[in-house]
Amino acid sequence: MGQGFVSRGFHGRRQQQQSTLTNRIPPGQYLERGFPVLSAGPTPHTPLAAWDFTIEGAVNQPKRWTWEEFRALPHEDITVDIHCVTKWSKLDTRWEGVSIDTLLQQVAPTTEARYVIAFSDGGYTTNLPLDEMRGGQAWVVYAYEGQPLAPEHGGPARLLVPHLYFWKSAKWVRGLQLVEQDEPGFWETLGYNNHGDPWKEERYQGD
Amino acid sequence: MENKLDGNAAGGVLGEIFPFEMTAAQITCVGCGATNAIGALAAYMHGMGTVLRCPACDHVLIRIVHANGRYFLDMRGARVLQISEETVQAQ
Amino acid sequence: MERRALPGRLGERLVWQLGDVLATREETPRAKSITLAVPNWRGHRAGQHVDIRLTAEDGYQAERSYSIASPPVEAPHITLTVERLDDGEVSPYLVDELRVGDKLELRGPIGGYFVWEANSGGPLLLVAGGSGIVPLMAMIRQRAAVGSNAPTRLLYSSRTFEEIIYREELEQLVTNSGSTGLEVKHTLTRAQPVGWTGYHRRIDGEMLREVAWPLEERPLSFICGPTPFVETAAASLVGLGYEPARIKTERFGPTGESGASGASGASAVPGGHDGE
Repeated sequence: MGQGFVSRGFHGRRQQQQSTLTNRIPPGQYLERGFPVLSAGPTPHTPLAAWDFTIEGAVNQPKRWTWEEFRALPHEDITVDIHCVTKWSKLDTRWEGVSIDTLLQQVAPTTEARYVIAFSDGGYTTNLPLDEMRGGQAWVVYAYEGQPLAPEHGGPARLLVPHLYFWKSAKWVRGLQLVEQDEPGFWETLGYNNHGDPWKEERYQGD
Repeated sequence: MENKLDGNAAGGVLGEIFPFEMTAAQITCVGCGATNAIGALAAYMHGMGTVLRCPACDHVLIRIVHANGRYFLDMRGARVLQISEETVQAQ
Repeated sequence: MERRALPGRLGERLVWQLGDVLATREETPRAKSITLAVPNWRGHRAGQHVDIRLTAEDGYQAERSYSIASPPVEAPHITLTVERLDDGEVSPYLVDELRVGDKLELRGPIGGYFVWEANSGGPLLLVAGGSGIVPLMAMIRQRAAVGSNAPTRLLYSSRTFEEIIYREELEQLVTNSGSTGLEVKHTLTRAQPVGWTGYHRRIDGEMLREVAWPLEERPLSFICGPTPFVETAAASLVGLGYEPARIKTERFGPTGESGASGASGASAVPGGHDGE
């Protein structure tokens, strides 16, 4: 019913796509000028004094950083394009944070470590291959566009893994668990693709 | 508070799956044992799916994704669902 | 266990169907009512809503929920009242672009929880913030249409006098209600006309205490509007001692002070997104 129905005169509020940008926008995506907030639960408000970040599991030196310790780590400015599975993409987003490489150096993953489970306040989890978090592909970020990361966008700190759909960039991240066996997370167990490469349109299971 | 709606907002997607009005059904939370009408749950209409949480303790009761011609329904957070005959017959 | 089969109704899932726009009516500068003829409409109950889906030529879709403003007695015509959100995606289309003769894709009715029927009884306390009046108006209209005398009080918060949706109709209904007891109290939160004697602040516990029924009457309360408004009103009523189980809420979303949305269920599908 309604197959092929088109609402006369409706265009939505997507931004006109400049032809020079088409090679930066993955298939099925459109350019978004805002920054939509998608939430699956109440926004956590962990006080910085209570915040910590831990890396545990298949590592030789499990480690925990307090907020002060985390902010004292070497950090960098990152400008990347981000792509949400709900089809919006934002180009040239600016972040500041700590590279996962920096963190991994301190914990020394064991040879068994092949996957990562990122876990967040509120219970959210997502899973990634360890190799896709190394080599300058992932960060824990705490500032967006020069300002401290707002709680509705995942502050005080979130994961940033821009080469995968943005649900893998877990908001309110509190740590990583390195494991030998992959463990699908919140959306991955509910029909979404286990990997999530926007350039191959890996949105859902079976894609 | 920001993106929280009442369970009624999920009535549409629930109606795609269940052939009766689910928002009138009573659901018991495995987290805290509170029983509420599904219409009274906290609904997060996240763009990727629908998440319904206990209004008392925020525990996730129901998660739904509709993708690639399938519905994925996770109701592990619900201990029991009570649906009155009236609800079933009215549709 | 045997279920009685009701002809043509058991096991019917919610389907998308096309309604024809029969009429539109400007209620306020920002709110418009849209009357639709829906071919396979199964009837509804006051308080229920429909999901609306818009599709662009390239397949992009946006979906939102809107409460039904018309009473069930007017089926198979239904009327929606939509308030335009300036940065909205669907409401500007419905308010500014949609015309008589167009078709609109919808499904419904939806909602078995936030509903009132004459046999639900009263007394009723209806608390509306901005376009939160819409489902409550369906209840008020149904109440009048079936001649219910359930004592009803409406507390209605709007920003200005000009933005009170259904203002004249409410006045008329109060006048006509006589002994069957419909009372309406307005509060204008941003600006008041000269000579205004009504409330002129955001609703709070004190206002609710003055307007609400005595506790021992055990009223049924329905609160609808932007999320912050609903949470304040509900918390105030609970704080005053009203039974939580007899307080029903319908939150429209986070739009708070910048303007009540037209029942934004924000049920985005891939292709549309939250933000309205």
